[in-house]
Amino acid sequence: MAVRLKDMLKREPILSSGHRMCAGCAAPTVVKLMGMALRGPTIVCEATGCLEVATTIYPFTAWKIPWIHVAFENAAAVASGVVEAINAMRDKGRYKDEQVDVIAIGGDGGTFDIGFGALSGALERGHKFVYMVYDNGAYQNTGIQRSGGTFPGQETTTSWAGKVEPGKRQRKKPLAEIVAAHKIPYVATVDPYHYRDFITKFRKALEADGPAFIHAFSPCPRGWRSDTSKSIELAKLAVETGLHPLYEVIDGKEWIMSGPSKRLKELRPVDEYFKTQGQFKHLFKPEWAEFRAWIQEEVLKDWEELKRKCGVS
Amino acid sequence: MTVVERVPTDKVVVEGMTGDAAIAHALKQCDIDVLAAYPITPQTIIVEDFQKFVANGEVKTRVIPVESEHSAMSACVGASAVGARVATATASAGLALMWEILYCAASMRMPIVLAVANRALSAPINIHNDWSDSYGARDSGFIQIYCQSCQEAYDTVIMAFKIAEDHDVLLPVMVCIDGFILSHNVERVEMLPTEAVQQFLGVRKPAIALDPDNPVTMGPLALTDYYFEFKEQQDRAMARVPEVFERVESEFEKMTGRRYGRFETYRVEDADIIIFTHSTPGGTAKAVVDALRERGEKVGVVRLRMFRPFPAEALREVLRNAKAVAVFEKCRSFGAPSNPLALEVRTALYDLDERPLVTDFVIGLGGRDVPPSTIVEGVEKTKEYLKAGRAPLYETLGVRK
Amino acid sequence: MSKRFDEIPMAGIIIEPGNAMEYKTGGWRAMRPVHTDETCLWIKNGTCGLCWIYCPDNAVRLIEENGKYRYEYDYDYCKGCGICANQCPTGSIKMESE
Ligand SMILES: Cc1ncc(C[n+]2csc(CCOP(=O)(O)OP(=O)(O)O)c2C)c(N)n1
Ligand code: SF4
Ligand code: SF4
Ligand code: SF4
Ligand SMILES: [Mg+2]
Repeated sequence: MAVRLKDMLKREPILSSGHRMCAGCAAPTVVKLMGMALRGPTIVCEATGCLEVATTIYPFTAWKIPWIHVAFENAAAVASGVVEAINAMRDKGRYKDEQVDVIAIGGDGGTFDIGFGALSGALERGHKFVYMVYDNGAYQNTGIQRSGGTFPGQETTTSWAGKVEPGKRQRKKPLAEIVAAHKIPYVATVDPYHYRDFITKFRKALEADGPAFIHAFSPCPRGWRSDTSKSIELAKLAVETGLHPLYEVIDGKEWIMSGPSKRLKELRPVDEYFKTQGQFKHLFKPEWAEFRAWIQEEVLKDWEELKRKCGVS
Repeated sequence: MTVVERVPTDKVVVEGMTGDAAIAHALKQCDIDVLAAYPITPQTIIVEDFQKFVANGEVKTRVIPVESEHSAMSACVGASAVGARVATATASAGLALMWEILYCAASMRMPIVLAVANRALSAPINIHNDWSDSYGARDSGFIQIYCQSCQEAYDTVIMAFKIAEDHDVLLPVMVCIDGFILSHNVERVEMLPTEAVQQFLGVRKPAIALDPDNPVTMGPLALTDYYFEFKEQQDRAMARVPEVFERVESEFEKMTGRRYGRFETYRVEDADIIIFTHSTPGGTAKAVVDALRERGEKVGVVRLRMFRPFPAEALREVLRNAKAVAVFEKCRSFGAPSNPLALEVRTALYDLDERPLVTDFVIGLGGRDVPPSTIVEGVEKTKEYLKAGRAPLYETLGVRK
Repeated sequence: MSKRFDEIPMAGIIIEPGNAMEYKTGGWRAMRPVHTDETCLWIKNGTCGLCWIYCPDNAVRLIEENGKYRYEYDYDYCKGCGICANQCPTGSIKMESE
C-alpha cells in the first residue's frame, strides 16, 4: 500500500477531536494511523485502559466506527465472538456486508499480562482479526504501575527506584516473539514516527489470511515524565536504540527487518533514550551504572539475535 | 407477535435423554448463531452433544471452543453485540470465572442464554450438586430460572431466548438444572419439531447492534453523572420480566399444552406448612407431601422456578395463609443471618401484619443426598418451632454433627 | 444537561459517532502553536503534512482550495502539546505562551 499524504487527507479520521487523552499522548496518533490503513467496514473491540477510558467518557465518544468495550482482559475473546457472529449470520444469509474487519486493541497491561490468555486462545483458534497492542510501558490508566511490557530500569509506582532498587529489574516480555511462536500469518512491530511503515504493515495485517498481531510503541508523556512535544521523537529514538526494533514475522518463521531498523548502521546508546524521561533518571546515579550497562548489553544481544533471524548482517 | 398453533402429537418426538442432552437439543432447535463454551462437569455433555451436531452439519452455529469461561462469556457478549443469538453453558468454578463478565452481559443488555448445571464451589473441590454457584451470581442482572425435569429444561431453554430477546427485556437468562441429579439423569422428553421452535422464536432482531452502517459506541465509561441512570434502566427491564414471561409462556402453552409459571404450587390450598424449595428437591418434596397428606397432615409445596426476578408479590398471596413456610436450600451464605432463598421469602412476607413462621434448612451441600427423610425432618422441626412460637434463623440438615 | 434514565439509549450506548467534538479540549492549552507560511512545505507545494499526521488531537487543518494551500489550527481542540512544532522539518511552527 503506497502511503501518500493526499490520500491520507481524504480519509475521514476514525477518532475525533474532543477525546481526553493527555496532551501529547501518542495513542491517538497510533489510532489515527491505524485508521489510515483500514480497507472497509471495521469493528473495534477494546480493552480497558487509557485509550478506552479517555475516548468514551459518557455521553461522548470520539469513535466514528463501531466500537465495543467489555472489560480489561478479554478484548481478544470479545473479538472472537464478533468475528464468529458475523460468520454465522453470513452463513445463514442474514449479514449484509461482504467483509467486515475486526480489530481488537489493548494496552500493554491488557495484552502482555492479564489479557494474554485470551489473546493466545484467540490466536490458536485462528479467528480472522487483527490484535493491536499500544504499548506505553505500564498500567498508565491506574497510575503507572509496572507491566510485563515495562523496560528494565523503568521506575513505576510498583517498581520504585529507591536506595536499593533500580526500578524494574526484570526484562521486558518479548511479546511479539511469543505471538509469532503461535505461527499466525502475520506479526509486526510498529511505531507512530515511522508512519508509512506503520500504515503499510497494518494494512498487511488486515489482509492476512488469519489472525494478525501489531505491536505499536506508544509514548506516554505523563507516565514517562517526558516532554509532551517529544512523544513522536521518542518513538523514533526507541527504534534507533534498539529498544523497539521494527520487524515483521510471517507464519512464525520468516523474519523480516523493516526499513527503519535495517537502515541503522548501528544502534544509538540506550542512555540517549533514558536521558529523555524522568522515569529513567535514577539510572544515571553511580550505583546503577553497572545495571545500566547490563541493560545496554542485553539490548545489543537481542539486536544481534534479531539481525540473525532476519538474515541481516 | 408470532401466531403459534398446537403442535400435533404425531409431530412430537419422544426420547429418553439426560438434562444436558435435552438442553443441547433445545439449543440446536433454537438455531443459535454462536455457542462459546468451555468444558466443566456436569455441564460438559451440553457442549459435547452440540459439537456433534456441528460436526454432522445439523446446525449452522459457529462454536468457539474458548480457552476459559471468562472468554466464553466475553465471546458471547461480542457475538450478541453484533446481533447474533448466543448461548453458553457452565457450572461451579466456570461460573465463578465468568463472574465479572456476567455483570457486563447483563448491564450491556445482551440476551444471552446460559445453561448452568448447578455444582458446588471449591474447596474442597467437588463435582456434585448444590446451588452455591448460581446463587453467588444472583445479583449479576441475569434472569434465573431453575428446572425440576429434563422436559422443563428443554422447554425453558426455548422460552428463555424469547424472553431474553424481547425488547422490553433484553437481559441474559440463566437456565439452571441440578448437576448430575438432572444433568445426567435420563428422563422422557417430548421434543417439538424444529420448524415449530423456529416459528415460535423467529430470528433475533437486535435493538441496537455493532453495525458499520450505523456506528455506535458500546460499553463506554459512565461516571457519577450517568451510571446510576443505566442501573435504573436495567432495574426497570428486570421489572418487566414477569409480564413478558407470562406472554411467552401463554404462547408456548398454545403450542405444547405445557406451562410452568414462575413457581409451581402443589396441594397448598389448605396447607398449614408449605415446603418452599426448587429444582429437584421440589420433586422429593411433592412425594413427601403426598405421604404426609395420607397421614392427614396439611402440608403443601411451592416449587420456585424464577429466582430472578423474585416473584415476591405473587408468592406472598400463596404463602400468607400458611402457619409456616419451611425453606430448603442447597447453599450456605457464610456469615449471613440466613441463606439466599430464605432471605427472599422472609422479605416477601415481612409486610404482612400476620406472617407465617419461616424456617430455613440448608441441605445437600456438595451433592449430599436429600432423601425424603431429610424433608420430613425439616417439616417435623417446623412443627415443633410452631408450637414454641419461634425458630432459629437457619439450620443445617443431613450433616454429621 | 444531564438526562433522565428514560431519555437516553440503554446500557450507555452512544449513538452519535464522534460526538466528543462537543467537548472542547482547547482550554487545556498552556502553549499555543503558531505557524508561519513562509517556510512551510504544505503551503509551498502541498507536501510534508507531518504536523497534521502526528497531531494527536486532529487540531491541524491542511486545506487545499482552488489549487492554493492554506494552513489553520483548530484551537477548540489543540491541547498545546507541541508535537507539531517538534516534528516540523522546516521550523515553521513556534510554541508561544497562551
Ligand atoms: C480485571 C481488572 N483488573 C484490574 C483493572 C484495573 N485496571 C483498569 S485499566 C488498568 C491498566 C491498563 O493498563 P494498560 O493495559 O497498559 O493500558 P494503559 O492504561 O496503560 O493504556 C487496570 C489495572 C480492571 N479494570 N479490571
Ligand atoms: S497517561 Fe499516558 S497513555 Fe494515558 S492518556 Fe496520558 S499520556 Fe496517554
Ligand atoms: S500543539 Fe499538539 S494538539 Fe496542538 S496542533 Fe500541535 S500537535 Fe496538535
Ligand atoms: S510539518 Fe512544518 S513544514 Fe510540514 S506541513 Fe507542517 S508546518 Fe508545514
Ligand atoms: Mg499501558
